[in-house]
Amino acid sequence: MTTTEITYVGSPIDRVDGLEKVTGRARYASEHNPRDLTYAAPVQATIARGEVKGMDAGAALKVPGMIAVIWHGNAPRLAPSDAAELSVLQSPRVAYRGQYVAVAIAETLEAAREAAALLRVEYSEEAHDVELRADHPRLYRPDHVNPRLPADDVRGDPDAALASAPVVVDATYTTPAEHNNPMEPHATVAEWDGGGLTVHDSTQGPTALRGQLAPLFGMPPEQVRIISPHVGGGFGSKGLAHPHVVLAALAAKQVGRPVKLTVTRREMFAVTGYRTPTIQRVRLGAEEDGRLIAISHEACEQSSTIAEFAEQTTVATRMMYAAPHRRTTHRLVRLDVPTPSWMRAPGEAPGMFALESAMDELAVACGVDPVELRVRNEPATDPDTGLPFSSRNLVACLREGARRFGWDARDPRPGVRRRGGLLYGTGVASSTYPAYRSPSQASARAEPDGTFTVRIAAADLGTGARTVLTQIAADTLRAPAERVRVEIGDSALPQASIAGGSMGTASWGTAVVRACEALVRELERTGGVVPPGGAEASAATAEEVRGQEKYARHAFGAQFAEVAVDADTGETRVTRLLGVFAAGRIVNPKTARSQFVGGMTMGLSMALFEESVMDARFGDYLNNDLAQYHIAANADVRDIEAFWVEEDDPHLNPMGTKGIGEIGIVGTAAAVANAVHHATGIRVRDLPIRLDRLVR
Amino acid sequence: MRPFAYERPADVRSAVATLGAGTDAMYLGGGTNLVDLMRLGVAEPGTLVDVTRVTPAAIEETPDGGLLIGAGVRNGDLAAHPLVRRRYPVLAQAVLSGASGQIRNMATVGGNLLQRTRCSYFQDVTKPCNKRSPGSGCPARTGDHRNLAIFGHSESCVATHPSDMAVALAALGAVVHVEGPGGARTVPMPGLHRLPGEDPSRDTVLEPGDLITAVEVPALPLAARSRYRKARDRASFSFAVVSVAAVLELDGERRVRDCRIAFGAVAHVPWRAGSAEAALRGAPATVEEFARAADAEVRGARPLPLNAFKVPLAHNLLVRVLADLAETS
Ligand SMILES: Cc1cc2nc3c(=O)[nH]c(=O)nc-3n(C[C@H](O)[C@H](O)[C@H](O)COP(=O)(O)OP(=O)(O)OC[C@H]3O[C@@H](n4cnc5c(N)ncnc54)[C@H](O)[C@@H]3O)c2cc1C
Ligand code: SF4
Repeated sequence: MTTTEITYVGSPIDRVDGLEKVTGRARYASEHNPRDLTYAAPVQATIARGEVKGMDAGAALKVPGMIAVIWHGNAPRLAPSDAAELSVLQSPRVAYRGQYVAVAIAETLEAAREAAALLRVEYSEEAHDVELRADHPRLYRPDHVNPRLPADDVRGDPDAALASAPVVVDATYTTPAEHNNPMEPHATVAEWDGGGLTVHDSTQGPTALRGQLAPLFGMPPEQVRIISPHVGGGFGSKGLAHPHVVLAALAAKQVGRPVKLTVTRREMFAVTGYRTPTIQRVRLGAEEDGRLIAISHEACEQSSTIAEFAEQTTVATRMMYAAPHRRTTHRLVRLDVPTPSWMRAPGEAPGMFALESAMDELAVACGVDPVELRVRNEPATDPDTGLPFSSRNLVACLREGARRFGWDARDPRPGVRRRGGLLYGTGVASSTYPAYRSPSQASARAEPDGTFTVRIAAADLGTGARTVLTQIAADTLRAPAERVRVEIGDSALPQASIAGGSMGTASWGTAVVRACEALVRELERTGGVVPPGGAEASAATAEEVRGQEKYARHAFGAQFAEVAVDADTGETRVTRLLGVFAAGRIVNPKTARSQFVGGMTMGLSMALFEESVMDARFGDYLNNDLAQYHIAANADVRDIEAFWVEEDDPHLNPMGTKGIGEIGIVGTAAAVANAVHHATGIRVRDLPIRLDRLVR
Repeated sequence: MRPFAYERPADVRSAVATLGAGTDAMYLGGGTNLVDLMRLGVAEPGTLVDVTRVTPAAIEETPDGGLLIGAGVRNGDLAAHPLVRRRYPVLAQAVLSGASGQIRNMATVGGNLLQRTRCSYFQDVTKPCNKRSPGSGCPARTGDHRNLAIFGHSESCVATHPSDMAVALAALGAVVHVEGPGGARTVPMPGLHRLPGEDPSRDTVLEPGDLITAVEVPALPLAARSRYRKARDRASFSFAVVSVAAVLELDGERRVRDCRIAFGAVAHVPWRAGSAEAALRGAPATVEEFARAADAEVRGARPLPLNAFKVPLAHNLLVRVLADLAETS
């Protein structure tokens, strides 16, 4: 066995699949073209609630190259399931505008689309309700919020404490519905073969997708194979199975040929999830010096009538700051809307916009510097669980960020920095994200030629997962990284948790380390000689993860923004954005910086641009393309820097890592909104901060 | 997408003849708007007549010192042309502020003038829209019209024309050269685009089969001092929320000798600001006078519930652009 002095973990090595990607050799789901391939074009409901009464496929079936039209009237039956969203074409009910009601299959994509456009669907329409309101009569308290946390949590007597607090901030913040727009569209190529199903898909979790898909077709998971070697962005929208995957598999079963279904950008706005809009009331009660006495954070959010997706909007507020009295609640209303799902930092991103804006309002009300205010409210142990933090370096991030940003020279007065026609201001906000870990399995294999193969059904969404797992494996095997091949993105590999919750590296890395350690032990037994047939070992981490010590594990960060607001037009540009994060050990500074900067860019985009506009009369999101749904363009992203503080936390996992995929988007919008207030004196509590909120 | 035929005629006359003969044929420029609309099912031509090779792709000087811009000139080439930049900065800036580099390299001058509104109901064939489907109604009027008209809209349509280039051309008083089934003629700008009235299905005064062959920009020495300023939701690659094209000339006493002003994204047409121009001529070049002129124009605005902010925005933009132009005079 080869030994080497290099430690890869901590090195900014290039992506192991970089060359493959930039030369176009990396194949994504929809680039898979099996023999006899057919193409699917789904038909989406044009009513928000009601029933499909009939289908006139006459004209559609005459399109040359047309193979079949499938709707609930002729669709193969799926096994009964609680996952109503995935029971596609099983019932005539329409739960939201844009839901799949039929699919056209043809020899070419063009023919399928033309046929889909010619299908005449007859509906009986019912009155619908798609408007989230804080006074909606059907708001209710869900049993729990994601991921199985209590919906409400009350400590002390927040109402009494607020009533007697010397300083009180009471404000309502709103965030709009937002849609993930990964560059690679959601796409599925489904193929049946001898009773088994093979699916090339763009997914964040091959194992999880297999687990969702197999029971619908009444099969054991082993009979379904999900292949997804490369994913061009997901941000949560490829984390759970969405209806198009089932639709493709169902269609392939019906026509007896492979089916390709690529979700268009427009379709995506109804069927692949989105961030729920929120209405959040935050009340903070504090002493004159800014020390918190009470925090109340109450959120209203929506889900569809067919699935309860209860986002954890106020959960971060349970552990951010010390306060003897605290209330955090969630109220949900089930509307005739598409089903929301995960979008980068679900819960934390909108929730921390509200909390961190309110903290800025409190800083202004108390005349305390916003950095200092946060430092003053730093808890000694987790205010939620009472457990010690495995590590908590929020204060270090705030201080380091303030130093790098030049915060100390800041004049707190709003609206006084005018240069040319521009008003300048700066703002700060805290970031946080939990450090989760999930059970996973991995195998490691040594060949006589000195190479190694590590296998795990992980997913690389462009984050660099394949690269960091290679680094982790190479270090554990004490082998050069060039000799280590990591295979991921296939449900036939040892099962793994999804790329979500910022827990990929922690979860998969643990399994990879354990499998590689087992292999090293195996090779030690054979005296370092790899037998002619190779040597292999595997590991499963369920026990290790379940048995871990009790700590509150969270990553923290601080973000500083400078904005320039055009005094005449209200146009806001973020001229500087600087983040400092404490997220455990950084495995690869190059890919990590991309994650932080990417998250912050998406946060900037959330602050200034992103909003899915619902038309209540029709019940769908109107701005369903990239010309209308604005995400930050290059010209909006000027000067973004991400740094991290050293954090040596022994209570996490063998690598000492916390997740970094989501924390970058948490707090950014508040930092920008706080900077806008500093620039203009106008407090914008409703995202996005578009010019119409500022022009006077 | 409905299947269609593609034709590439040899010259202008045969292009016009093809369109005259076919019932559902359409001209194709760079295709950056039309092809999108075909994919959406909004446009369903049976035949596309590619005119990028028959309309001139050159920019020539006219004897009187103006420019004759071929309808086939790509937007990118127009903005980069040295004479355009020197004589009509407002035009170069307007074109450069639109779309993206890739789109400008494909888009033609003719196609830019005739691009359709970005109203989202118009682009969705599952919804009513008087412009796309006459008589079906206008959901924008009572729905999402944040970026639609504040001037000149009607009960039947509140859409805006989205072109930046057209705003500069309207300010400069350009003349559009048209070849139609009945022969050649010219149409002045403003005047090419029309207000929606009761028939929003027609964006312009052009008749079926009319082909734009060129746009003539008159000699206008004062246009050397001109500016385009576009307020938008993000720093690039987005349509105007409100834009203004302005040309300003002062005399020796710093009074306004002459001016040309047009607003974009406020009406179904590039909105030539006649009231503001009248108020400015002869007035001292001060911010107070500029504000008075802007008031005179926006007084005529009839904003809708969600776009009232466009009124102060148009006002402020105009004052700012005039002040900037005056400062450099
Ligand atoms: C994402 C995106 C962003 C954009 N942003 C902006 C922006 O910020 N500002 C802006 O101004 N524009 C913007 N555009 C629009 C762009 O400028 C237009 O799509 C383009 O100018 C159209 O030119 P074309 O040659 O591609 O026209 P085509 O799409 O080929 O044609 C458009 C129309 O004109 C007709 N036509 C074309 N040539 C002639 C002719 N010679 N005579 C008669 N009829 C003709 C066609 O039949 C069709 O009806 C954007 C477009 C996109 C897709
Ligand atoms: S504003 Fe005009 S284009 Fe928009 S929906 Fe109304 S009629 Fe159609």
